[in-house]
Amino acid sequence: MIVGLTLILAAQLVGEVLARVTGLPVPGPVIGMALLLIFLVLRDRYARTAARILPKPLVDGQLESTGRGLLANLSLLFVPAGAGIVGRLDVIAVNGMALAVIVAVSTLTTLAATALTFVWVARWLRTGEER
Amino acid sequence: MTGDFAVWVYLSRTPLLWLTVTLLAYAVADRIATATNRHPVANPVLIAIALTAAVLEVTRTPYATYFEGAQFVHFLLGPATVALAFPLYEYRATVLRALAPMLAALLVGSVVALTSALTLGHLLGVPREVIVSLAPKSVTTGVAMGIAQTLGGDPTLAAVLVMLTGMTGGILVTPLMNLLRIRDMRARGFAAGLAAHGVGTARAFQVDVVAGAFAGIALGLNAFLTAMLAPIAVSFLK
Repeated sequence: MIVGLTLILAAQLVGEVLARVTGLPVPGPVIGMALLLIFLVLRDRYARTAARILPKPLVDGQLESTGRGLLANLSLLFVPAGAGIVGRLDVIAVNGMALAVIVAVSTLTTLAATALTFVWVARWLRTGEER
Repeated sequence: MTGDFAVWVYLSRTPLLWLTVTLLAYAVADRIATATNRHPVANPVLIAIALTAAVLEVTRTPYATYFEGAQFVHFLLGPATVALAFPLYEYRATVLRALAPMLAALLVGSVVALTSALTLGHLLGVPREVIVSLAPKSVTTGVAMGIAQTLGGDPTLAAVLVMLTGMTGGILVTPLMNLLRIRDMRARGFAAGLAAHGVGTARAFQVDVVAGAFAGIALGLNAFLTAMLAPIAVSFLK
């Protein structure tokens, strides 16, 4: 677990550094996710070399179960920030009603537009293949 | 009496108490969510936040004190985001096959999120700096605060709106998708991550791993695209 966690933290660390150095508007952890993805691709492409040079927890599935453990409780991780938001609800007091309407309508529209586009394009491409 | 007080003073100063309160609130919330068969309205994030906020209110605990304990949980958001690479890699074949629908949905979703918020804000007569803080509401908090600040908005307001959007999306995504008869878990997850960032992604993972993987991709891509598009969209505001 420690070796896996170290790799995940290292990916985030490099991601944070890259985000700051390049000034890209992408969070460091998202760059870290891309880096970890590259690691996984390379590890499995050169599986034999990887098994020889990498620590065992990184190749025997322990790394994956550490990651799965983190993601299984993703909801929990939003609680501290969320509790802070409750204390700052005063900032929306002035335009509260309008903001509530905007957030609700815009979120619903965005959800629908995104999912429908996805489904339509997927269906359209499949009919294209069949022809 | 003074003895009790001394215990309270000790506890309220260590990270232990507030870390425990956070985990306990989540455990209770998760129990409620499970008892309702993971009904969308019984969103564990929302319940846990409400419980924690209530405890803070009743004990009159300043948020800074609470955060000293809760920061250990908060910190894990970063590593958890990195860990989104695992489902992404596991379902890479599915993801690669859906590249075209994903990119189309990303573009449409990102533009709709921005323009709907800006247009509605304009129509309802919301002041400009508030509209600007609304623009990045579908993006993960850190990036949204950065965007709002660059465009002359209020980062704190942006963070509050991001969280409200996340909650709204996390609660509404399942009923809305059922209403629209969208059964494709890839599309459902992608929409949840795009419109409601991490909270939507957390919801997606509760429903289905494939949905979670697609939500994670949408979260990352939309942070990038919104940062590009928001300045352009805001320039249309008078």
